This record gives sequence, C-alpha cells and structure tokens, in this order.
Amino acid sequence: MSTGNMNLTLKVWRQKNNNTKGALVDYKLAGISPDMSFLEMFDVLNEDLITKGEEPVVFDHDCREGICGMCSMFINGRPHGPKDLVTTCQLHMRSFKDGDTIVVEPWRAAAFPVVKDLTVDRSAFDRVIAAGGFISVNTGNAQDANNLPIPKMQADAAFEAAACIGCGACVATCKNASAMLFVSAKISQLALLPQGQPERYRRVQSMVAQMDAEGFGNCTNTGACEAECPKGISLENIARMNRDFASAKFISEETV
Amino acid sequence: MSGFGNAFSSSIGKKFIMGATGIFLILFLIVHAGINALIFLDDQGLTFNIGAHFMATNWIIRAGEVVLMLGLLAHIFQALRLTLQNQKARPVKYAEYDGKANSKWYSRSMGLLGTLLLIFLVVHLKDFWVVSRFTGIPTVDANGHEDLYAVMKIKFQEPLRVGVYVLAMVSLCYHLLHGFASAFQTMGWNHSKYNGIIKGAGVWYSIIISIVFAAMPIAIYFGIIQ
Amino acid sequence: MSDINSNIPEGELTSKWTKFKSSVPLVNPSNKRTIEVIIVGSGLAGASAAATLAEMGYKVKCFCFQDSPRRAHSIAAQGGINAAKNYQNDGDSTYRLFYDTIKGGDYRAREANVHRLAEVSANIIDQCVAQGVPLAREYGGLLDNRSFGGTQVQRTFYAAGQTGQQLLLGAYSALERQIGMGKVEMYTRHEMLEVVKIDGKARGIIARNLITGEIERHFGHAVVLGTGGYGNVFYLSTNAMGSNVTAAWKAHKQGAYFANPCYTQIHPTCIPVSGDHQSKLTLMSESLRNDGRIWVPKKKDDNRKASEIPEDERDYYLERRYPAFGNLVPRDVASRAAKERCDAGYGVGASKLAVYLDFKANTERYGRIEASKSGIHNPNKETCMRLGTAVIKEKYGNLFDMYAQITGENPYETPMRIYPAVHYTMGGLWVDYNLMTSVPGLYCTGEANFSDHGANRLGASALMQGLADGYFVLPYTIGAYLSKEISVKAIPTDHPAFVEAEERAVGILNTLINIKGTKSVDHFHKRLGHIMWEKCGMARNEKGLNEAIEEIRALRAEFWSNVRVPGIVGELNPELEKAGRVADFIELGELMCIDALNRNESCGGHFREEYQTEEGEALRDDENYAYVAAWEFKEGVNFELHKEELKFENIKVAQRSYK
Repeated sequence: MSTGNMNLTLKVWRQKNNNTKGALVDYKLAGISPDMSFLEMFDVLNEDLITKGEEPVVFDHDCREGICGMCSMFINGRPHGPKDLVTTCQLHMRSFKDGDTIVVEPWRAAAFPVVKDLTVDRSAFDRVIAAGGFISVNTGNAQDANNLPIPKMQADAAFEAAACIGCGACVATCKNASAMLFVSAKISQLALLPQGQPERYRRVQSMVAQMDAEGFGNCTNTGACEAECPKGISLENIARMNRDFASAKFISEETV
Repeated sequence: MSGFGNAFSSSIGKKFIMGATGIFLILFLIVHAGINALIFLDDQGLTFNIGAHFMATNWIIRAGEVVLMLGLLAHIFQALRLTLQNQKARPVKYAEYDGKANSKWYSRSMGLLGTLLLIFLVVHLKDFWVVSRFTGIPTVDANGHEDLYAVMKIKFQEPLRVGVYVLAMVSLCYHLLHGFASAFQTMGWNHSKYNGIIKGAGVWYSIIISIVFAAMPIAIYFGIIQ
Repeated sequence: MSDINSNIPEGELTSKWTKFKSSVPLVNPSNKRTIEVIIVGSGLAGASAAATLAEMGYKVKCFCFQDSPRRAHSIAAQGGINAAKNYQNDGDSTYRLFYDTIKGGDYRAREANVHRLAEVSANIIDQCVAQGVPLAREYGGLLDNRSFGGTQVQRTFYAAGQTGQQLLLGAYSALERQIGMGKVEMYTRHEMLEVVKIDGKARGIIARNLITGEIERHFGHAVVLGTGGYGNVFYLSTNAMGSNVTAAWKAHKQGAYFANPCYTQIHPTCIPVSGDHQSKLTLMSESLRNDGRIWVPKKKDDNRKASEIPEDERDYYLERRYPAFGNLVPRDVASRAAKERCDAGYGVGASKLAVYLDFKANTERYGRIEASKSGIHNPNKETCMRLGTAVIKEKYGNLFDMYAQITGENPYETPMRIYPAVHYTMGGLWVDYNLMTSVPGLYCTGEANFSDHGANRLGASALMQGLADGYFVLPYTIGAYLSKEISVKAIPTDHPAFVEAEERAVGILNTLINIKGTKSVDHFHKRLGHIMWEKCGMARNEKGLNEAIEEIRALRAEFWSNVRVPGIVGELNPELEKAGRVADFIELGELMCIDALNRNESCGGHFREEYQTEEGEALRDDENYAYVAAWEFKEGVNFELHKEELKFENIKVAQRSYK
C-alpha cells in the first residue's frame, strides 16, 4: 500500500488506561514513504496491527494541519519530534532516516494523566482558562470595533501570544512540567489589549492559582518551552505574567 | 497574610524569592570579590586586612551579614522546595529525554550546581568565616589588624584545597550564567531593548566574578603574590 | 410548490429581522434558570451559542468529541471573516454583502436568512474585538481588511492566517467563562449518538463517554446541533480527521430533513495529493489568491520546471477567462477551471493534477513599493524580490511555512502547486428561519445546517455564519420555542423514549464490534471517498451518479458484514468511533448522489456535465429547480423529497457572471 522504502523500528508507549502500568513496545515498519506525515506513518502501523488482530495504538489527533493542538507525541525525547516550530502532524518522515529507531511516548506530567497509550488528559488547561482567561463581555454589549484603536505593535504582540494552540508541548518538555508558557500566553494576550485592562490583575491571580492547583511544576527559566513551542510563543510572556502577578499582589488592591 | 494571599506561596511567589535572593547574592558577590581583589595590590595584604577588619567590625555590615545568611538560607530552602515539587509534577519520567535540544545543561542543572556550591560553602565558611568571627585570627599585621591574609596564605598552600576552590568557582560560574539572566526574567524585567544588555552583563559578570575568586588561591599557591 | 414552511416573517426584507426581534416572545429570568438547553458541538456555532444562552440565564450542557472545546475544526479556518462594516469606504453595505452572498450562492439561498446574516455581520466583529480577539490592524490602530473571492470590496477581517483560531478562541473563552461560573456543564470527549424525541419534540440526547465507553442520557428542553460539515464523506478533504455527520445524520433519521446534500464546496487552493498514504488535504488560504497568479503551461504535457517556462508560454487561464474578477473568482468557478485545464492535459507536477500559484509578479510589485518607500530609485530586480519577499512573508508567512513543511519545496523560490479539494458542505439539516429543523425543539447552526450559502459559499463567510447563528440569531429565535416550554419540568431520563434511544445506540455499537470481519474501517472509508470523488465530486453526470448509488449500496452491505472493529465498547476505542461515523457517511453518500441526480441543472458547487453553457459555465434551471431539496429519511435507507420554493423578491435572478 505504501510507496516508500524506509524501514523503521518504533518503540511506542502502550498503556491500557490510567490505572495500569505501561511499557514501551517495539514495532517494525517497512515501506514508509518520506512524504508521509508522522501520523500517517502511525496510520500504517495501526492498519498493520488491525490486520494482525492486535489493538491499534491510541493517539490524539484531529486537524492534521498544525492548528487544533490535539496531536501530542513525545518523539525521541522531544515534543512533536526533531523539527522546530511544527506539531507532530506536520512532521514528515523525510526528517528521519532509513533504519532509524524512534521512541514515542505520551506527554508526561502529573497534571496530564495518561488516558490510554499516547493519549493524555489536558483538561487542566481548560480549567486554567475557565479561571480567568477571558474578558467578561456578554454578547450584545460591544461598542463599534473601531472605537477602540489599538497600536499595531501591541495588537501584533497580543496576536503572537494568542497563537498558542494549547497542545501542551511546553509542559511536556519542561524538566519541571511547568505550564507557565501556556498560562502566560493567555494572560499576556489579554494584558496587552485595552479590552483586557479591567480584569487584568484579577485574571493573573486567578489563573496562576488554578495553574498551581492543577499540580504543574515551577518555572526555572531553562527556556525549553519556548524552544519547543510549535507556535514560537516567547518567554517574554512569562516575564510579563510575573510582572503582572507582582503588581497584582503588591500594588493593586484587588485580592482573589 | 490577609491582603497578600498566596503572594509568596504560589509558584510565581516562590520564584520571586529565588530571584530576589539571587539578585541579593549577586550583589554580595561583587562586594566579596572586590575586597578579595585587594590582595592583588601585593602589599602584604595590608589593604586587604583593612577591608576585612571593616567587614568584621562595622555594625551595619554585621547586621547585613545576618540578612545575607537569611537570604542564603531562603535561597537554599526555596530551591529544595521547588525541586521536590517539580519532581512531583512529573512522577513518571521519560524513557528518552533530549534536553540538549532545547536548553543549556547548566540551566537544567541548577540544583546540582547549587548543591556543589553548598558543599563548598561549608568548607569555605569553616576555613575563613568561622576563624575570623569565632575562633579568632592568631596574628596581626603591620597596622595591627587581624591578619586574615596570613591565614589565607597558609590555607592555600594545600593543593587539595586550591583544587576544591577552583572547581567550586567553575560551578559558581555556570550557576551564575543561568542565574543572572534568570533572576531578571523571574522578576519580570524583560524588555526587548534591554534583554541583550542583561544577557551580556550576565555572561561577563559570571566569568569575571568566578575568575577573580579563583585567581586568589591560584595566585597564592603558585606564589604569584607574596 | 413548497410543502414545507420556512416561517419567514412577513414584511419588507430589510425590516423582517428587526421586527422579529422586537416581537418574539421572551422567557423571564426565573424561567430561564429552569430551562435546559443541550448544545452538541463546540465550534464557532456551538461555543458561541452555548456561551450566549448561558449568559442569558439558560442552563446549558455542551458536548464535544475533542478533548477540549478549543479544538473544534473552526480553528483551522485561515483566511478571514466578512462583515459589512465599510471601514474601507469602498461602497460596502449590508445590501451588498447580502447581494454578493446570494449571487455567490448561485441563487439557491433564502433571501431572508442571508439578509439577516448581512445585518448581524457587523455586530460579530464588534463582539469579537470586545472579547480580545486580536484581529489585524493598521498603524493607525484601526482594523485592517483584505479582499476575498466573489466580491469587489474589501470586507474581510483577519488575524494573519489564523482567523478561525482566533475567533474560536474568543468563543471558547466566553464558553469557559460560563463553565467557570457553573452555568455551562461541559462534556468533552463525548459523542452524541442519538436524539431523544418525546411527543414529537426533541427532548435530549444519548451520548457516549469516549474515555470509558459508557452510554449517557441527557435531557434538554431543546437540542442544538452545531456539529459542522460532512466533507469527510470524501475521505480526503480539508476537514479534521474527526469531523463527521453522525449527530446530524441521527437527527435526520429521527425526522429532521436533510437539505441540498449534493452542494459541496471544492476549494481551489489546496496542496495536491502526494500518495496513497494521504490521510487529509491541507488548504492554502484563499487569501493567497490576492497576491498569487494561477497558471499552467500553454503547451500540453510540458515537463519543464516552472522557472524554465517563459512568460509568453504561460496560460493565466483565470485572468483570460474572467477578466473582471481574474484570480479572485468564486471558489466553485476557480476549482472547475483548474479541473478543466488538468483534464485537458495541461496539469503540472508529477501527478499532473495541479496548477501553479505564482507570487513572483506581486512579490516584485511589493518590492518596488517598498523600495520607493525607503527612497531607492530604479531598484534592480534582486532588490525588488528581496524587499517584496519580506512583505509576502509578513502577510502569508505561516502559510508558506506550512506548504514547505508538507511538500518539502520552498514556495518563496518556486510557485506553489495547488489543486482543488473538498472543503465545505453547503448542504445540511434543513432549518426554518428560526434555525429549527423539521423536528420541533431540534435546532441546527453553523455549517451543519443548510441555510445561508445556497449552492456555493463565498470565502470568509463560514466564520460569519457560524458566529451569526450562535451569538446573534439562535439566542433570539430559540426563545420563541422555549417561551412555550416554561411549564415543562425536566423529564427524568428513565422515560421510555430515553431507554429506547439508548437501545438503538447500543445496538449499533454492539453490532459493529461483533461483525469481526476482515477489513478496517479506513478501508471502507477510502473506498467510499473514491466513489464520491470520482462520481459525485467536482463534476457529476447521470450515468456516474447511477453507478455511484449502486456501488455505495453494495459497499454498505459489505461494510455491515465485513468490517473489523477491534477492542470493546467499554473503553477508549477510536476504531469504534470511526466505524459509527463511516456507517453514517455511507448512507449520506447515497443521499448526496440521489440529490445530485435529482437536480437536473448546474449551480454553484453542483456541476452536472449535461447542463453547461457553450463556454463551459454552470447552467441553472430556475424554472424547475429554484427550490431547496429537503429529504426525509424513510424506513430502510430511503428518502422522500420535499421542496421549499425559493422566492427572489429583492434580487433580480441572473446568470452568474464574473467575466
């Protein structure tokens, strides 16, 4: 079926559910095309497994164009594999060589428990957003959009922070499983915009408290998150969050 | 802590303590290294001993010393807490983890470097601080000051001690290479126009401070200064 | 000729919606607190509706199959969102957006709905900006616009190539806010498997918890489906892997009519298929056609590299055929033109199923502008290309990177190769003016319904419709129904209708697991996709459609006797999820062919080869086919046609021309 000629050995994490222990299992694959995406290579593996009467590997994926943030494989020690600025679904087999051994594991963090095989539960991120990652404006209350000019530089910076896809690669790669890049990206986006000002200091306190409650680790500024983020979210956001947190705790009178 | 809530117990609060104490220690090292460098005046340690005498007797400095100790303890204690917490945040480790692909080894090894420095500190405090503050310095110099310089000259005759000190300064250098810029980042002092300066200053600071410290035992051992 | 009532309010077109809003019955706040609404889907249409209804005070339950509502496929929309703001002072107006949409839809959409869409379009931009959606701005701090296919004004708002993402994250944050306040209960990794009907009204759903495999019953006074389109019936499409028709199809089987299923949008600018392993196709935003020129060699089977083909041997066929709109003709026209050239033997690339999208001319033009801005007179070509590349990079950088990533080619140096691919489905559940399906209490919003785009959707109108439905239309129209339901107490889920619906759902799951055949679900899905693409794709004809119907029926029989679904029901089992979805796609595929066969005309995304003008343009038959084909599901897999006549009272129906 496949048209290529790469032979690979995969070591894939298999784990039935969150209550059982998992282990790396070896699979041999032949005839992989360099034009395949990494997930299409997994499709081939699963088709093989189904034909052989074995259970296919469960992994998260959806849009397969690098924007939904669902795919989440830790490949050869790096989230989303060896290439910078791409998600697993955008990684192509031409980034590997014939005969390679590829180790594939799920994101590992206490806050991201394994659901099955390579699938983890990232609902902690949703709860952090629910704690304050929004502007409280009900539908129908908005003024004309152009009544509020926003300097382009600021709007662009907010956009860059907002480009986060919530995949969790930052947590996965951080040696401390810290979620600060994710949390700070949302805090920054809204802190940079005039619309975000009324809730600015409330937001940073609530979101940080929720982040801590979820059991993420602490940031030690290694910069790994920024380096591995498929959307290039900058560490500057973490500094901005820290600054806002300090202002919120020591200058503003708002307590949460 | 009614109004401040979790200001210091939250993840960011703990970082503030690390960052603030770190910056405090960075400033202290400048003073320490500055006084140490006085030995290179090559005046039999006379000026150096004046400095040491001032540091040992001035009450503001003595009070500052208490603050320094507390800061150091806070830095160490907080680091331990953070490390333990961070380990809990990833209970199952990766089979394959390619750290070098995205960060510097010393950034990932601050705990290890810090531990080495802590061990060194015990040795170092015993060597000089305990002597100058508690057990007493046996001799005085030409000015009648306690001759800490003489103590140093004796101690740094032992090659093992010199080796330990030099290696410790290598640890210090790497610890600072990460710590300097990291402290600024933690405190939120990040600005596209100044980031380059902070980074550059951090590198120069780390190298110069470590060299100045390491130069003392080396210079004394090899008899470069008398 | 209509035998169904679309409940369009009386009165002038321009005042219908205003009048409706001020006369629709209201539900008082204390009653809202006891009224429960179920929303299936958390994309633009679902999340915006869930958030808004919760803000209004209703008790909302929202379901999505992804692990987070933020991942719904609306997130992948790249280009932009239309709104009649006239910020560019280029003569835009509500009427023009209305007119462009009706014309773009080849006169197969309902006037009243489309006008309402145009009216609320401006509110959407206001709402999103208020939420902190970082839309692109100019240096003066005001919002920027770009132009899109099928229009002659600049009314498209955008956020680089990630407009859908930013709008969805806006709706998602509004939804999360309500979740945090306890006003929306969110069920992620849940898939709706049945609609529960009691006394003819939709009263709840049966959903499967995808993690545990447990079957759950949920009651609602009303049910809203915002479950997206069904483009994955073609196997290869720009849709996400999980995009499916199951919720809509189950509703269809419970009595909701399915309208215009054959209207499929084939997007002209996608990355061509590279091999059998391909699992999905990637869109290159239509916005690229602003600055890219589309061409093929003038010589058949020209195997030279693009750079070696001189200017006078290139055929810019869109500019040649449609001088007025050029590269910005609507999607259906651009797609068919590409297919025509490739079928005639002028295609490029290894597969010969591709055309070039070339940025060189505009890169140079931008470079010249930049050079003069920075005071360089008479710049040479290299300088122009260098400066122009920076401009192109700023505008489309992420799209170019994506192209390079997928194809391994550098689009800054060689022209992109593109080919049409299935992208959007204009058809969907039939809804009346209130967005209610033919099942009382069952609503449908966004791409899942058939409403606003006629036979062809214009670029940047999907985001507009999804958010219009969810933020500004449904929250009003649903009140008309719920105001009559205030005395209905929550119905316990041990009601026989829930039991029966659950049995139906469980029956299907068990059957699928127990077939234990020899072929994987994907195997059947690929075969279905092949039939659909070949015989019900960009061009259709009577013979092919008849064949397709037979082939699909045979495929259905084979599927139900030979599919292999590993694992068990009571666990996370993606193969089982896929199997259920493909089973529904197979039935839908048949209906699409039946609908295409019934419509003996060409219009928009439906091109019947028998019905074309001498120049090869679509030939409509307004006399006999100016109707919405709404199909009712009948026992077995049979369908009965109902017609809703389309009346055009405010627009003169004409042959669509972009020449």
